[in-house]
Amino acid sequence: MSTEIEAQGVSPGVNVHTDGTRRSYLIGLGYAVILTLASFWASSTDVVYPPGVPILLGVLAIAQMGIHLVFFLHISSAPDQTNNILALAFGIFVVGLLVFGSMIIIAHLNHNMMPMDRLIQMQR
Amino acid sequence: MSAAEQALARTEAVPLSLRGPAATRVVAGYGFWLFLLSDIIIFAALFAAYAVLSGETAGGPTGATLFDKTHVLIETACLLASSVTCGFGSLAVQSGSRNSTYFWMAITFILGVTFLSLELSEFSHMLEIGAGPSRSAFLSAFFTLVGTHGLHVTIGLCWLIVMLLQVATLGFQPMVSRRFFCFGLFWHALDIVWIGVFTIVYLGAHL
Repeated sequence: MSTEIEAQGVSPGVNVHTDGTRRSYLIGLGYAVILTLASFWASSTDVVYPPGVPILLGVLAIAQMGIHLVFFLHISSAPDQTNNILALAFGIFVVGLLVFGSMIIIAHLNHNMMPMDRLIQMQR
Repeated sequence: MSAAEQALARTEAVPLSLRGPAATRVVAGYGFWLFLLSDIIIFAALFAAYAVLSGETAGGPTGATLFDKTHVLIETACLLASSVTCGFGSLAVQSGSRNSTYFWMAITFILGVTFLSLELSEFSHMLEIGAGPSRSAFLSAFFTLVGTHGLHVTIGLCWLIVMLLQVATLGFQPMVSRRFFCFGLFWHALDIVWIGVFTIVYLGAHL
């Protein structure tokens, strides 16, 4: 596989560092199945302290996304993947800004809004 | 190969300014990777809208009454299995084996169609009981988010047909295997988005 290493790095999705790529897909499948079943179990169980369940689901989802990135998209920390990792980091940064930024801003607006019955009263 | 040539063949031995232009495959893959990340940012905006609006049911049905968990588990299983068969298919493309490419990609296609038909049956059931996108802000956000993912899967399936036709007519030319490679990235990225969908939309509704 070493012939596929290019002078300017590799494109995402090319697995040049491990032998037996079919095995890597199967390992990824195993992890993904376990994590999926774990999150379906976590959402309907009484074993976990209920207020902690959303955090547990979030952790399981992020872990599974990581598994998919590593075993299916073959993103790694190898030196020839620097560009891919940098783009991914920026993408995650923008996604975080968008999702959490919107949620915080809208929660604040909601908090500061006049109760609906008062608003209707004023419009009369 | 002399010792000096061997040293130069090691990529880290050559300074970045002396390496020359990257191969087309690397440039194409990197460009497509940037597209996928921007696509994921679109989904992030839709996820943000859903997270904000998921409680605004306007007296209509809530997620807990609408969503069936086993249905979602089957959908997830289809998409996950199709991701793996797609990976096997791209390995077959790399090794230039036509029959196993057709075999794995046909399974990928069938699993994708199964996923889509499950999703459409869920949508049509919701429309029947009056829980369409116009019912509440929650349902508008739900249909936009899950529908956009479904639209991506549909586009992916059309792309897969086009790619199989290209293998049949053009064979494994470099450009065909490059496009197939980008298709694989697209399909895996859709699976990553689905993880967010089933966690936030379907499992989050039952909390």
